[in-house]
Amino acid sequence: MTEPAPSPEAASGPPPSSGAIVTLDHVTKRFPGVVANDRVAFDLFPGEVHVLLGENGAGKSTLVGMLSGLQTPDEGGILIDGREASISSPARALELGIGTVFQHSMLVPSLSVVDNMALGGSWWSRPDRTGIAARMAAVAADIGVRIDPHARVGTLSLGEQQQVEIVRALMRGSRVLILDEATAMLTPKGAEDLGALMRRLTALGIAVVFITHKLNEALAFGHRITVLRLGRKVGEIAPERLEALGPAAATAEIIRLMFGTGDRKAAAEGGARAVRRRVSAPPLLEIEELAVDDMAVPVSGVTLSVAPGEIVGLAGIDGNGQKQFAEALAGQRRLAAGTIRLGGEAVERLDVGGRRARGLSYVTDDRLGEGTVGSFPVSLNLLLKQVGKDPFWRNGFERPEPIAAHAERLVGAYDVRTPGISTPIGKLSGGNIQKALLARELTGDTRAVIFAKPTYGLDVQNIRATRQRIREAADRGLAVILISTDLEEVLELSDRIAVMSRGHVVGMVDNDDAARARVGELMSGVGA
Amino acid sequence: MGALFTDAFLTSLVLGALTAGLPLLLAGLGEQISEKAGVLNIGIEGMMLMGAYLGFVVAYTTGSVWLGFLGGAVGGMAVALPMVVLCIRLGLNQIVIGIALTLGTEGLTALLHHFQFAQSYPRLPAVPTLPIPGLSELPVIGPALFDRPAIVYLAILAVFVTAYVFRSTQLGLALQAAGDKPAALDAAGVDVVNVRSFAVFTTGALAGVGGAFMAEVGAGIFVPFMTNGAGFIGIVLAMQARGNPFWVLAGALLFGACLSATTALQVAGVSIPTDVIQMLPFAAVLLVLVLFGRRASLPAALGTHYVRGAR
Amino acid sequence: MSGTGSETTGMGAAGATLAPGGRGGAWRERGRLVVMTLGPILGALVLSGLLLLVLGVDPLAYYGYVVERGLLSPYGVQATFTRMGPLLLIAAGLIVAFRAGIWNLGGDGQFLLSAVVVAALAPLLAPLMPVWLVLLAALLVGALVGAAWSLLPALLKAYQGVNEIITTLMMTFLGVSFANVLVKLFFRDPTTTVPQTRTLPVADRLPRLFDTTVSSGVLIGLVAIIAVHVVMTRTAFGLKLRIVGANPRAAVHAGLNVPLLTVLTFALSAGLAGLAGAVEILGVQGNVRADWNPAYSLTVIPLVFLARFNGFASIAFVFLFSVLSIGGESAARRTGVPNFFTLVVVAILLVMLGVTEYLDQRRRAAGR
Repeated sequence: MTEPAPSPEAASGPPPSSGAIVTLDHVTKRFPGVVANDRVAFDLFPGEVHVLLGENGAGKSTLVGMLSGLQTPDEGGILIDGREASISSPARALELGIGTVFQHSMLVPSLSVVDNMALGGSWWSRPDRTGIAARMAAVAADIGVRIDPHARVGTLSLGEQQQVEIVRALMRGSRVLILDEATAMLTPKGAEDLGALMRRLTALGIAVVFITHKLNEALAFGHRITVLRLGRKVGEIAPERLEALGPAAATAEIIRLMFGTGDRKAAAEGGARAVRRRVSAPPLLEIEELAVDDMAVPVSGVTLSVAPGEIVGLAGIDGNGQKQFAEALAGQRRLAAGTIRLGGEAVERLDVGGRRARGLSYVTDDRLGEGTVGSFPVSLNLLLKQVGKDPFWRNGFERPEPIAAHAERLVGAYDVRTPGISTPIGKLSGGNIQKALLARELTGDTRAVIFAKPTYGLDVQNIRATRQRIREAADRGLAVILISTDLEEVLELSDRIAVMSRGHVVGMVDNDDAARARVGELMSGVGA
Repeated sequence: MGALFTDAFLTSLVLGALTAGLPLLLAGLGEQISEKAGVLNIGIEGMMLMGAYLGFVVAYTTGSVWLGFLGGAVGGMAVALPMVVLCIRLGLNQIVIGIALTLGTEGLTALLHHFQFAQSYPRLPAVPTLPIPGLSELPVIGPALFDRPAIVYLAILAVFVTAYVFRSTQLGLALQAAGDKPAALDAAGVDVVNVRSFAVFTTGALAGVGGAFMAEVGAGIFVPFMTNGAGFIGIVLAMQARGNPFWVLAGALLFGACLSATTALQVAGVSIPTDVIQMLPFAAVLLVLVLFGRRASLPAALGTHYVRGAR
Repeated sequence: MSGTGSETTGMGAAGATLAPGGRGGAWRERGRLVVMTLGPILGALVLSGLLLLVLGVDPLAYYGYVVERGLLSPYGVQATFTRMGPLLLIAAGLIVAFRAGIWNLGGDGQFLLSAVVVAALAPLLAPLMPVWLVLLAALLVGALVGAAWSLLPALLKAYQGVNEIITTLMMTFLGVSFANVLVKLFFRDPTTTVPQTRTLPVADRLPRLFDTTVSSGVLIGLVAIIAVHVVMTRTAFGLKLRIVGANPRAAVHAGLNVPLLTVLTFALSAGLAGLAGAVEILGVQGNVRADWNPAYSLTVIPLVFLARFNGFASIAFVFLFSVLSIGGESAARRTGVPNFFTLVVVAILLVMLGVTEYLDQRRRAAGR
């Protein structure tokens, strides 16, 4: 992901063919500093599940936004039934027959299903509950779902809530249904049910846009697959081709599209990663049978060891327990079971401060949500995990000089671009906040460090700088765990790669020439 | 114990519960509407007090009880207006503005009262009652419940109306959505700010009538600071009622009974300080919180300003 | 409702006030703050003046009288300083809570219960120990009683996530009634007909400063609020509380014990309110009459917000308020304007401040 992919022949796609309900004709959408969608062409046919596949930041949400009326393209046009149309608002989208089910539910949890559907009439009218329930039952029967119209939405599972939203969209006459990251919050069973539902919808002639970053779902549910990368369409696999390829070849093809071609990898970073010296030292960080209780993704049976100077990549599709694992390791979450040893000493009973004092650092991916206090100055954010420690505090009192000196040193060493060390850190750019976090976590007596999605949301320059820091950390002899959903990054940096899926480590491979294919298989569940 | 529960005692207790509980009922009902829509209305004490003052002034000058209640409603809404503008439109902190409005109204009404009535302390004539034929003849509860001023029946009716609005109108759904998931309401094409403004004005009107009731029916006179925390009790009632108006009614009668129990006990010849009994409902509510704290249900968006597009 | 109540507040939110560590900051920023503070004060005085005009009172004469009686006359200024003592302590307690993102609205209950217990205890101890020891013990007991009265809301907030606005308000109602029960049933002075506690002899009260009538309570208040300011802005403990207030998730990430810090915040805040109750009794009242409740805490909340949780600015606002209220009490007799007028001024002031902050945000947003 270090440079934009050239737009290959596939980007121009098939000619705007007759029969498409919706056609995006090379739309471009820019946001300050980013081209979110760059001349993306996209056709949607009745009776088809069209999968929009791509990593985070590939431009999927922007595309959905333009289809659902939240955003309008800067360039290019939208054709509905072959005629130029403008989708200026969500209401307009609905009029045109485009219904959207967003990743975060748009239902009121404390109201019943019918009441949610009734919402929006004139104030003093009675909601027509029986009428709505009857129409709902009809639509639900058509697509083969069962919903209790009088159940409170809050008591329904997320999958059921999605079904409600799908039914609601159909009741409003949608011919096109957009499911935005619809499986992200679902259990595997819920995701399968949704897949089955999509097939029934298409049987009724409805066009479905299914947005996901999960490769296996794309293959399982999609008729047609469009792959986005860094705002560009890098490929489209038509239904005939998809069938002809078969699962294995299709997977390989999609991985190639999503993550770029393998042969450019070595060249991209000038072989800096080349062959890491094999580390023969005994492991510094040993995790055994670690388990975490969690409502969404319980983690169990994770065993992992990292030697000093070694980078172990933790690959996997987002939301497969990586966050829970990282937080448990850092001490933010209780362990349900298992042991963590750092340099031979058991640390699993220590709190965050205790583990940090022994040299275990955690670079969170939620930089503003938990990594920093936005309204506090850079200088204090750099010491957020050392409040009260000598020499910055003595007898509990803040000592401005050491604090300032420490901040100046780190700001200089890590090239944090800030007007001053007393600037509130929330005013800095994402890249500079990340530099400050790296500075905080990598200085001092750090012996082992966990990076969670360290380059997520950064621009190319900062991605490069961050990866360099990770490499240097290992070169200094730190034990590194690199959690990333970006396969390219994992392959570029790691010595060994573990793959995480549904709360388990499903495989561990050495980072050799065969690693890309093996990891891809493990990630997509094909090789498991 | 048997001697305690004489007819006179019971009549006095029920009557007291109703007279002291009715303002609490209106306040609690009003606060419930605000909270349902996601507004924590700490200014309700001020709304009641302004209602008490204006209700008294209007009733005194016009001689009309009903114009007095109307005046009370207007007074409450007048205090609701800055709350709507500052908190719901401009997004200022609901708690701080609420406290400011309460303090300001306390000062203002006391000041106005001082300039108008401090020398004379005029009283209103007793508000005529409306006996309900048949029922008012019942022993004990007859005179206490069914021989009351008409406003009492209207207030009880308001509980049913509120319950109906909550359950069976689009407005009820909109209020619920505004407090629970404003973004969903916005997506359904309903203006969240309008719904919340309506809720706060309604709170003002109800609380204002409640205040006017205290002045016109309860005391027959306006005294500075006379609401004495009734609005805050309304907040507690609304919290505990979990969106159900009938629980507000029950709670208001319970608090009312406790607040007026001393009078009844004196009738029965027992003398305990009022304060002992006044503590009971609060202690009970706290006990409920201790036991079921985690389950206390409040609207998700309570106290937060709604900005479209911000999650 | 598991997060802190005030992290989402717009006006004077914990994180928005006085960016910590901003010393040596731009003078322009300071100038803006001065304008943003003085502007609402002037506006409030003008608006309140208009109200006086409507009531047929000459505002200039009124304000002149208030200043003379609250500030310029020897008796008035001494009364003003004496009044400041408990108010400063309450303000200090509120600063601790608000900076840590906790809405302690239960100050009045904490104050009153402590006052009652101290009023009951001090006369009993007085014959047994030297005065200084009596005073010390009474102050300590006052602080402990205040803190104890916040324990329930603290535990509910820290471990159950129950909204502290409601619980502290309820504890205030409970506390006010309980205080009356104590005065009427248990601590009543048998020698008087009115229900009140025994009166602490003047000789056993907090010493007066030099040859004045100013109670040394004001010194306790000043020391407390400056100490609180220093603790909150200059120490590790204060920083931890501020982290919890500004971003509770960051506090968890940084390994802070959020529930424990929450309970400590309550204890400190309520302890200071309790200390205020003790100072009021030991320095001013000498006893508690039944149904006495000055409701200082609710009045001080706006002042602390006006001061944007800054200790020194709070001293200024408490001073201003004390002048207004002492001067207003005198003016009530002379000009016929009751001192309730002070409440109106404070309320208008707060609303003006809110509007000013809103306009400032708009202006700055537009200036980008």
